[in-house]
Amino acid sequence: MDVGTVRLEPKQYKSGLKPVWCPGCGDFGVLSSITKVLSALGLPREDVAVISGIGCSSRIPAYLDVYGFHAVHGRALPLATGLKLARPDLTVLVAGGDGDGFSIGGNHFLHACRCNTDLTYIVMDNQVYGMTKGQASPTTDPNWEEGKLTPGGTGINPFQPLVIALASGANFIARCSSSDPNGTAQTIVEAIQHPGFSFIQVLSPCVTFRPEQRQWKKLVHPAPVEPTDDPARAARRLLTDDAYFTGVLYRGRRAPSEPAPQQTCEEVAALEKEFRVESPRYVGR
Amino acid sequence: MQAKNKVAAIASADELLAHAMAIEMEAAERYAELADQMETHNNPEVAELFSKLAEIEGKHIQQVRDISGDVDLSMTTLWKHGWVDPGASEAPEYEDVHYLMQPYHAISLALRAERRAVAFFTGVEEKTDDKEVAAMARRLAEDERKHVSLLEDWLDKLPEPDEDWADDPDPPVGTE
Repeated sequence: MDVGTVRLEPKQYKSGLKPVWCPGCGDFGVLSSITKVLSALGLPREDVAVISGIGCSSRIPAYLDVYGFHAVHGRALPLATGLKLARPDLTVLVAGGDGDGFSIGGNHFLHACRCNTDLTYIVMDNQVYGMTKGQASPTTDPNWEEGKLTPGGTGINPFQPLVIALASGANFIARCSSSDPNGTAQTIVEAIQHPGFSFIQVLSPCVTFRPEQRQWKKLVHPAPVEPTDDPARAARRLLTDDAYFTGVLYRGRRAPSEPAPQQTCEEVAALEKEFRVESPRYVGR
Repeated sequence: MQAKNKVAAIASADELLAHAMAIEMEAAERYAELADQMETHNNPEVAELFSKLAEIEGKHIQQVRDISGDVDLSMTTLWKHGWVDPGASEAPEYEDVHYLMQPYHAISLALRAERRAVAFFTGVEEKTDDKEVAAMARRLAEDERKHVSLLEDWLDKLPEPDEDWADDPDPPVGTE
């Protein structure tokens, strides 16, 4: 922290806009964690950007007094990647839900892991589309029968975020529970400080459409093993994953992708100049 | 999550006071947040109650300041606190509220949170070999017991909710 900089309290990172999430929603805990993280790291508000997609959890930039962008559905990661490449000095957090991140934005998730840009991606996973009133999402169990669009359940194996993140090259992988805001905050700090693409799955209950998820706080438990930097070992641990362990699974050693965009920008500018077509209507304006 | 009464060792009375301050501050902030949630979801009675609880926690913050004198109560990070159960001991958990909850539920929630705080300070007293830490922990646990007692009295005066208190005649429903 610079000399003379005053460390802000967590609540000073809140925008003052009152969240419209349902009382009991796990996303409140994640919001609390993020403000604690920003305070603990002593980050000035203007040095942080939170980019989100669409969905209940993606409203989070509005509730924070830092730079934010509530982006197009599923497109938070490419937007955040562009921002980080253009402004590597910023701490860029990406936030969203399981539907936004693993379905609409699923392909971006794979490539963000693969590109390993220095971002921290927080997915508030409640295994349901809450904003559109309770449809099955990619992480929903195949036998969940409450979704009106999937009577009898989806019958489809759920998406495994940690497995996919590991296989695709994410450099830091963890799972947290929104019922433990301080533990989640600690993990987010680690993720921000770890170079490259960091992925955190936060089990964040939807108490309205998945009220049984209120029990998650009784099911989550700390991982019985220490984090590893060996992807093969992390993969073996995931074979015995009960879906409720919390903590850091994997801390990779891959150098983050930090392409210098200057040359590309110059080449694109030159191409634009070469092929510019000026409409006669606008010439001279 | 319920307190497991597992606490890390506290090295000094000052450190314990810093914990007490963090506990009270997090509780005050949490009640204020819950009041906002209830206001947003048109439950003014419980919103007012949570606001009152936030105000009471504000007084507890002042009590800790009065005990502490000139001691620096700032702590580096919340997760380095000595309690093992998630969250600060005295803050109600986000998942335990409901938009149709009634004052009885709110006070029950606060009561559970205060009991966790008693368990934390009692745990510190039991664990430490330091007489000064033990004495401070005993004092703080006693303060928390008084809060528990006040909340128990308050709860006794409130009507118990009907079994169908959470039934919403116009519930949020899935797509037809």
